[in-house]
Amino acid sequence: MKRVQFEHSPIPYLFVAPQIIIIVIFFLWPAGQAVYQSFLLEDAFGLSSRFVWFRNYSDTIFSRAWLQAFNFTIIFSMLVTFLSLGLALLLAVKANEVIRGASTYKTMLMWAYAIAPPVAGLMGNLMFNPLIGDLYSLMNAIGFDFDHKLQAADASFVVVLISVWKQVSVNFIFFLAGLQGIPKSVNEASILDCKSSFRRFWTITFPLLAPTTFFLMVINITYAFFETFGIIDTTTQGAPGGATTTLVFKVFQDGFRGADIGGSSAQSVVLMLLVLGLTVIQFRFIEKKVHY
Amino acid sequence: MERTRISTHIILICGAMFMTLPVWIAFATSTHAPETILREGLQFWPGGNFLKTYKEVLFVEGGVMKKVTAITMLKNSLILGIGFAVGKVIVSMLAAYAIVYFRFRFAVPLFWVIFMTLLLPLEVRIIPSYKVVADLGLLDTQAGLIIPLIASATGTFFFRQFFRSVPDELLEAARLDGATAWGFFKDILVPLSKTMIAAILIIMFVVGWNQYLWPLIMTTKEENYTLVIGIKQIYQVLSEGGEIPQFQKAFAMTILATLPPVLVVLIFQNWFVKGLVESEK
Amino acid sequence: MSSVTLKDVRKTYPNGAEAIRGVDMDIKSGELIVFVGPSGCGKSTLLRMVAGLEGISGGDISIGERLINDVSPSERDVAMVFQNYALYPHMSVRGNMSYGLKNRKMPKAEIDQKVNDAAKMLKIDAFLERQPNQLSGGQRQRVAMGRAIVREPSVFLFDEPLSNLDAKLRVQMRIEIKKLQRRMNVTSIYVTHDQTEAMTLADRLAVINEGRVEQMGAPMELYTNPKTLFVASFIGAPAINLIPVTFDGQTLNNGPLELSGFTGLPENTDLVLGIRPDVMDKNPSGQFEMRVDLVERHGGETLIYGALSNAVDNQGEELEICLKGDKEMLPELDEKLQLGFDPSTAFVFRKDTGERLI
Repeated sequence: MKRVQFEHSPIPYLFVAPQIIIIVIFFLWPAGQAVYQSFLLEDAFGLSSRFVWFRNYSDTIFSRAWLQAFNFTIIFSMLVTFLSLGLALLLAVKANEVIRGASTYKTMLMWAYAIAPPVAGLMGNLMFNPLIGDLYSLMNAIGFDFDHKLQAADASFVVVLISVWKQVSVNFIFFLAGLQGIPKSVNEASILDCKSSFRRFWTITFPLLAPTTFFLMVINITYAFFETFGIIDTTTQGAPGGATTTLVFKVFQDGFRGADIGGSSAQSVVLMLLVLGLTVIQFRFIEKKVHY
Repeated sequence: MERTRISTHIILICGAMFMTLPVWIAFATSTHAPETILREGLQFWPGGNFLKTYKEVLFVEGGVMKKVTAITMLKNSLILGIGFAVGKVIVSMLAAYAIVYFRFRFAVPLFWVIFMTLLLPLEVRIIPSYKVVADLGLLDTQAGLIIPLIASATGTFFFRQFFRSVPDELLEAARLDGATAWGFFKDILVPLSKTMIAAILIIMFVVGWNQYLWPLIMTTKEENYTLVIGIKQIYQVLSEGGEIPQFQKAFAMTILATLPPVLVVLIFQNWFVKGLVESEK
Repeated sequence: MSSVTLKDVRKTYPNGAEAIRGVDMDIKSGELIVFVGPSGCGKSTLLRMVAGLEGISGGDISIGERLINDVSPSERDVAMVFQNYALYPHMSVRGNMSYGLKNRKMPKAEIDQKVNDAAKMLKIDAFLERQPNQLSGGQRQRVAMGRAIVREPSVFLFDEPLSNLDAKLRVQMRIEIKKLQRRMNVTSIYVTHDQTEAMTLADRLAVINEGRVEQMGAPMELYTNPKTLFVASFIGAPAINLIPVTFDGQTLNNGPLELSGFTGLPENTDLVLGIRPDVMDKNPSGQFEMRVDLVERHGGETLIYGALSNAVDNQGEELEICLKGDKEMLPELDEKLQLGFDPSTAFVFRKDTGERLI
């Protein structure tokens, strides 16, 4: 906190009020509601509800559909995170090396941040469309018996590809900034100390990027868990057979389509706890090691 | 030291192509007649239907209920983007100022409350949020669309980090000059934060424009749709088949939905990166 | 231990700017050469070209018998100490010092031995397991030097290593560097913009101006025998007094001021007379008079600044000069001092080329 502060004033309360009020009305209250409703079971017409303790939880959590979504979400997040981080890192390192055309490359690699996930999803969808999509024909031409409407692996492939595509930009921006934050002289010292640029990267550059990498990991996992909703909704809709359903997509599906408020709320709560847990793990165990 | 290897350029060119080609193809394809697209697949070179298609998409009613044009949706998206960005900046700056510069009783717990919202995005409390907004009678309104989104604390966080980096001496000098808390904020802090404000405005405009899930569920009337939601409608119409699928219109919509935020980002590229990175620390 | 030879070395940037315009130099094995000059003169660039961190546009650089123009930096057998130390932030002191040796596949026991020895020599053995961000500036400086020393290279390169230290530490470290270099007898090139550092450290000094070496030689040689106006005004603290004059066949003139004792100078040409502050003296029959404006007592000596009477500088304003006196001198402000000097201790330069005539 600042060394110098104002004291004894009603002003801070005034200033912080708008944010807090909005948070209370649109965050805390709904979050509380979600918890409350997770303990209820509504009848078919939504007219009355019964308090059923943890039955919603046990029903949904141990259902095959939920476990499938859980598995998919974990694997999906890992894939998207590592692939988009890896690609972005490679591109950032290379972009940092060039002098000619540097700004053109950077612009072309950065812009995709601004595109909305569902829009990217639709574009990707159209490109894999059996009627007109070149990518669809390409995959079949290479030899895959490709049909993302019917086969789980292919559907997953499409969703992962589009998700990675969109996220490379954000990671690229931060990696590039991180690379430029490494003092030039430290880099030069390593050139004098080590002949192989490959080795220099792994022993000097990558460790010094650790704070950035950690930060991006947190961002990417959040992205994969939540923002990819837009992509899934405009491509596979979680099909085939729930194979590309993430946990958040299932919350939406069950809640808005299936009208299972109780179950959906229970899932929301579980999802909340999952994310909180992941965040705690990341910050507790990894964050300390990452700073020097 | 100075000669960059060919392999570096090759990798970068491949990367740049990977990132930009899809959008270029989307644009090029959107300028062709639907029959051409059906016959030959995706197009690489622009066709002759640019004006026709875009005029149709922008001005002719489309969508499932045939009630909304892209122009209307564009307007809605703009209102959402700008409203969200401005609202976010104002609310966050005030809150960040309070937290950083004041010692008051609930400062720490309030800070944690705000921090929590970073971890739990809207998707997790989507149904009750919908209910709250519906109960308040705010469905299908701009206010209902924008205000709940401001509940996330990203803006407050950015400004908090930024304010912490402002030298203490500035406040001390201001107090010696007789500035009140509001005066210091208005006359010194805000002008100092100009770059930061610009960066956040730009980022939040893009975030607001690109909102999907929330507008999806709380707008029920087609004329309130944003461009990004319109995408969803296209998707549904396409899946239903019927007449010749209007792929060129679909692509045109995606281009329209992408253009403004991308333009904003490209034009203000430098500010954008500086603002993001300064607040990361 | 190796000599370093530069033959007509040039560097031009892609935008056409010439940073180094043909430098020739023969550095003998074991010498401590200092590159000194104003900001932007190219001294750091030249150093970095020897290191391999900047490319060579023309000419040859050799270390020993070996031409190293196209050899990669890590294979030139040079070690460098950077201005801001450039320590690897994520490694301990030991890690920093071992890194270069590890990459050269030295056995661990040998590395540890060398690191411990160097650390002891630099008195940083207590910090070996600490991280750089836990050290003070001076300690980091030593680690940077330690990192260079353990390599036992053919050439040490120093790029303004003391610029970021406070004044007292700077003097201390300067002495240590000199002692170290003597002891290890490694050829060293040291870059600085501080002429005191240059004068005290160098076996030989190279004054660099706009990409060229104006003069190279032992420090005192440059002090007593500067070849150009630039060298004379750069070397020596306080700086040499410069008086614009012309020669009329008999005397050097600046307005009503006439100074005799000079012959053989071109007439009708702008000349500059250079008189070092320490060759002037209070002398009742001296050549000119000075009005005292400021007296600086430095303990062991006194510097007296003032205006030279009856003379003007290039802008037609009062000409400021400096007199170095002993600690007993204590003139009053505005007092007029009569000063004299021996013409044979003064320099006369051409104003246009800077070439020294006398």
